[in-house]
Amino acid sequence: MDYFLELFLGGLTRGSIYALIALGYTMVYGIIQLINFAHGEIYMIGAFTALIAASVLTFAGLNQLAIIVIAALAAIIYSAAYGYTIEKIAYKPLRNAPRLSVLISAIGMSLFLQNYVLLAQTSNFLPFPELIPEFEFLKPYSHIIRPSELFICITTAVIMLLLTFLIKFTKIGKAMRAAAQDKTMAMLLGIDVNLVISVTFIVGSATAAIGGVLIASHIGQINFYMGFIAGIKAFVAAVLGGIGSIPGAVLGSLILGWTESFFTGYISSDYEDAFAFLFLVLILIFRPSGILGKKEY
Amino acid sequence: MKPSKEKILEVKKLTMDFGGLRAIDSFDLDICDKEIVALIGPNGAGKTTFFNCITGIYKPASGDIVINKNGKKERINGVRPNLITEKGFARTFQNIRLFGNMTVLENVMIGRHCRSKSSVAGAILRNKASIQEEKDIVNFSYNILKKIGLQNSVNELANNLPYGDQRRLEIARALATEPFLLLLDEPAAGMNPNETAELADLIKRIRDEEGISILLIEHDMKLVMKLSELIFVVDYGKKIAQGTPEEIKVNPNVIKAYLGEETNA
Repeated sequence: MDYFLELFLGGLTRGSIYALIALGYTMVYGIIQLINFAHGEIYMIGAFTALIAASVLTFAGLNQLAIIVIAALAAIIYSAAYGYTIEKIAYKPLRNAPRLSVLISAIGMSLFLQNYVLLAQTSNFLPFPELIPEFEFLKPYSHIIRPSELFICITTAVIMLLLTFLIKFTKIGKAMRAAAQDKTMAMLLGIDVNLVISVTFIVGSATAAIGGVLIASHIGQINFYMGFIAGIKAFVAAVLGGIGSIPGAVLGSLILGWTESFFTGYISSDYEDAFAFLFLVLILIFRPSGILGKKEY
Repeated sequence: MKPSKEKILEVKKLTMDFGGLRAIDSFDLDICDKEIVALIGPNGAGKTTFFNCITGIYKPASGDIVINKNGKKERINGVRPNLITEKGFARTFQNIRLFGNMTVLENVMIGRHCRSKSSVAGAILRNKASIQEEKDIVNFSYNILKKIGLQNSVNELANNLPYGDQRRLEIARALATEPFLLLLDEPAAGMNPNETAELADLIKRIRDEEGISILLIEHDMKLVMKLSELIFVVDYGKKIAQGTPEEIKVNPNVIKAYLGEETNA
């Protein structure tokens, strides 16, 4: 039973991280129908920024809580700036171009960012400090759940709630929903669609950065390639849940997290990635619009 | 309320090309304050293209679109649609373009977007100003829905409304932006005679009570003749006639190009 619980919570943690990334995919897709392949790179850049900030701050001798907060904030701001800029230089000029051109632009952006970090930093794995402290009350359950896992799940839940609030109740959220349904009409009602798209990229990048910091701290090492596989997995999760749907992205991420976790725990850990992609193929065959996605006729 | 002679929109020599096709050819049109103007013509004559030009969806090839508000003239060629809406144009479409997954009230509230200020921070902190603004937006939107006669379905999804109500909701949403000129693209399309008569009433009321000028594209000649004070007739992108309903009815050019053999229009 303990083993089951451990796998369950491990899957929940994985799913939470996927969800943080998948949100960016699904929000951007919802609004401009683009699979932003550079999104995984944003997550990687978030982790790198946090590492740099944390190293500097540790060197400066700050206490742990201050380091976590400042490093996370730095990652959020820096990644959001990347997301904003990528949209402006790689996607906005192609707003009225065929969708395939924008997709290729996105893939190019992804490769560019990977290689840029590879050159600017290193191709080696870098150790990432354990930012999340030990919680005293978790000690008796340490064989089931690690503090960082608990922290990841709680943070993700809080972010989901904030995001739901943003989209359901704020003015910019209403504008986002309107622009997602009909951009021209939204513009004719006085909504600055370019601003809405920028905000979407900023919010999506910020959540991906948080995911990057959390996973780096959880696993303890990062490298320039980490965004690729995580990005693809989150993409699978977004498609599984129904791309364009925010609850779908979360649901898809959790399902993917649990399946991976149970598969590796009970069957084999060698085929973890293969299994995730087999899953994608099966979804695309049997339910191309995803679990919560709208059917396209 | 009779139209005054003050012009609020002057379009001069407007030309729009799509590749080699001249969709609008040197078109002139003026609208006076509180006037109901109709733009008619056969299918494909360039009426909707004209709407798209003056609302900023298309950038015209040449010509001037000048709005005149409070004695200030401003050329709006190629200005982005959301900014033109801010300046006071609102429009509806031939085919219904509501936000189907939102409620009736939310659809109208979206129309208030450009007239409200509240920020994300305000929405999270729930400070007094943003709560008050939210309340004002809801009240304003509700009042519009009441005027339009949709107050009993505020919380329904727009998709679930009957067809005639969806058409009226589009007008309500356009009114929420507080326009001085309302552009209606075939508002009576697909309506039965009863609904059309109600629509005519509604359009007249919008002009009389709100003092909003109206430019409409319409194929229902009965509605056009009943409502409009001035009619422009366009064919192949060119203006072929302009005048009061009485003048248009007997204009030989119009009969030839548009009404054909129909004499009872």
